[in-house]
Amino acid sequence: MSTAPAPAADARDRMIEALAARVGQDAFTVSRFRHNVRVDVPSARVFEVLKALKDHCGCRYLAELGGADFLKYPGGPRPGRFQVHYVLRDLESGLPLIVRTWVDDPDPTLPSAVPLWSGADWMEREVFDMYGVRFEGHPDLRRILMPEEFAAFPLRKDYPLRGRGERHNFPRLTREES
Amino acid sequence: MALNPSTSPAGGLRSGSDLIVTPAGEPEVPENVFLTTMDSVVSWCRKHSLWPMPFATACCGIELMAVGASRFDIARFGAEVMRFSPRQCDLMIVAGRVAMKMMPVLQRIWLQMPEPKWCISMGACASTGGIFDTYAVVQGIDRFIPVDVYIPGCPPRPEQILRAVMDIQEKVQRGGTTFGNEGLPELRARERYMLAQRSAAPGTGIADERGDEDRFGYRLPGGPSQLGLEETR
Repeated sequence: MSTAPAPAADARDRMIEALAARVGQDAFTVSRFRHNVRVDVPSARVFEVLKALKDHCGCRYLAELGGADFLKYPGGPRPGRFQVHYVLRDLESGLPLIVRTWVDDPDPTLPSAVPLWSGADWMEREVFDMYGVRFEGHPDLRRILMPEEFAAFPLRKDYPLRGRGERHNFPRLTREES
Repeated sequence: MALNPSTSPAGGLRSGSDLIVTPAGEPEVPENVFLTTMDSVVSWCRKHSLWPMPFATACCGIELMAVGASRFDIARFGAEVMRFSPRQCDLMIVAGRVAMKMMPVLQRIWLQMPEPKWCISMGACASTGGIFDTYAVVQGIDRFIPVDVYIPGCPPRPEQILRAVMDIQEKVQRGGTTFGNEGLPELRARERYMLAQRSAAPGTGIADERGDEDRFGYRLPGGPSQLGLEETR
């Protein structure tokens, strides 16, 4: 493996310039890690940035939407406990652009991306199911993986791996009564 | 005996009925007649025509398909009629991990199967949860439905499944009755004990909350609480 060259200027630089022209330079910060270009946005402006990226910057495809819990994670203070990331893809160049935002306890809330991409429907339901991040304006924000009666959000770091006894909470059928 | 008349002590040809010892006062049983119990005959018929319900949720199901195919051929044991309706089955084979969202489904299917019925817990995941010691996976289906035979392995070899079917056959012969399944005589006391424990006050055997299980999801005997049925409450 050779040392990675400095990332060449690609289509994403033009996207970010176009984004800055749309929403202003102070709405976001840009960082790079290897071939990833990350756009960090405060949660109040994330819908505006996503809409500008979709309509005017070429990122018309939402490839992924996910979350992460940074509770007790080392590395300094963060704007919030939960990170929600949107991986957008430019269909012309095929390059990904990652939009990240932070929400915090209690009641982490984000605007839903379903008005922009219908495909965000189930992905936002999954983030809600696993982390409890509510998406305002989602048409049908129910649990998608865990059962309806499940009360906790299992991928939060303060939730024990083995659960709080939900997996034992069933009636026992014996031979005589079944 | 009849083919070798020279062994007869009298030297002559003797009919078979002469060999039957007839106790005084008892009617003689004619030739080619067997005396047995109805339960035994019904169980004998039943054990050679098991209809499995394949509850295959994971890779054990692939191995179960291999058992049904021609190389291992579960039809040799009369259990080849896999039915996907529980109403037609009398042997449930739980093959694979059971998530906690699936457990009510499994219980419902078990209740829909007509009596008499038996259950095989196939593989490490169905028996103990296996490597999936997480909030979403049930740590052994025997906590919630009765299990007759466990198969170890990850996944088990097809020969082990055939062995389990043979064990089920023996269990059917020994514990089945004409109209039901009484289970093995030595296990009936435990069934009664489990029923009695259903109405016991919850938490009597639990020293602390359920999050403190050991790494296999079970409490150890002699540990902080007694090993018993209360552990699953």
